[in-house]
Amino acid sequence: MSEEPVFDTQGVVRKFMFVNRKAPYGTIYALEILESVLISAAFEQDISVAFLDDGVFQIKKGHDPKDLGMKNFSPTYRALGGYDIEKLYVEKESMEARGLGPDDFVVKVQVVPAAELSKLMAEQDVLITG
Amino acid sequence: MPYTVNGNTIETDEEGYLMDLSLWTQDIAAAIAAAENVDMTDEHWQVVNFLREYYNEYQIAPAIRVLTKAMKEKFGAEKGNNKYLYDLFPYGPAKQACKIAGLPKPTGCV
Amino acid sequence: MLHTVNKSPFERNALDSCLRLAAPGSAILLIEDGVYAALKGTAQTAKVEAAAETHEVYVLGPDLKARGIEESRIIGGVKIVDYGGFVDLAVAKGTVNSWL
Repeated sequence: MSEEPVFDTQGVVRKFMFVNRKAPYGTIYALEILESVLISAAFEQDISVAFLDDGVFQIKKGHDPKDLGMKNFSPTYRALGGYDIEKLYVEKESMEARGLGPDDFVVKVQVVPAAELSKLMAEQDVLITG
Repeated sequence: MPYTVNGNTIETDEEGYLMDLSLWTQDIAAAIAAAENVDMTDEHWQVVNFLREYYNEYQIAPAIRVLTKAMKEKFGAEKGNNKYLYDLFPYGPAKQACKIAGLPKPTGCV
Repeated sequence: MLHTVNKSPFERNALDSCLRLAAPGSAILLIEDGVYAALKGTAQTAKVEAAAETHEVYVLGPDLKARGIEESRIIGGVKIVDYGGFVDLAVAKGTVNSWL
């Protein structure tokens, strides 16, 4: 049992984007993607994380789901910087359609319009959307 | 294997991590450490307390790489390195220290 | 890139988000309940016809058949593929983005 998995990726760095489209708590998607992001950090790939559609609600400030018997995992997004995952994007259209602004989020994000996010997506080697 | 501390039975998973993180006390930490054959010194407690602070802030147990980096930022290079942490926790700082700190196993740790 | 959409456009926004973010020239494959987006004469038809002008749009034949949707009811610019065609598209386009 090693502390971190060791895989021979032969120094190949691929661009991975995790795309969050689902609201938290109602389904397991948000938590599963967050865990995938943390695991992927061990492989030293070029990771970015995008929030669009109801996914923007995942990083809204002030979550308190303990009465649901669930863990508040939104603080974990703030840990991503420590994992060298610095590229967090929010799609402007989704944010505005839901009455949110950049100050509503628990973590510092880049707000980008759909056209720009579309270009960023097109550059990726792997997209994991949920 | 459950731990018995001050007459109370504390449930764990099959690898010895606490099932209910909110039950953690220093006495329970000492019992886990004894089961792991770790002789707790001030340096051990410093790492355990640091892990608990990290968990309270971020709700996850950090990967070892992240732990050493955060330790380095807070306590300096002589404590923020693998050798220092492995000397304290021979079976792996993230794994063994997290267990003693009452945290879940770090995500991404197999 | 190949985008797949597996939700009905009458129930979910997966198709809308895909159309907003899929780069021009990329391929879009409608599968499972996503195949309802390929129907002519619906409230969704215009946007799919428009997408077919700027993207390659495909629909999975077995999912049409399962739902009783005849080929004659499919939008003109949308091509029908079978499972083999799905695999070929995934290989040819390299990266797959699944809009769930």
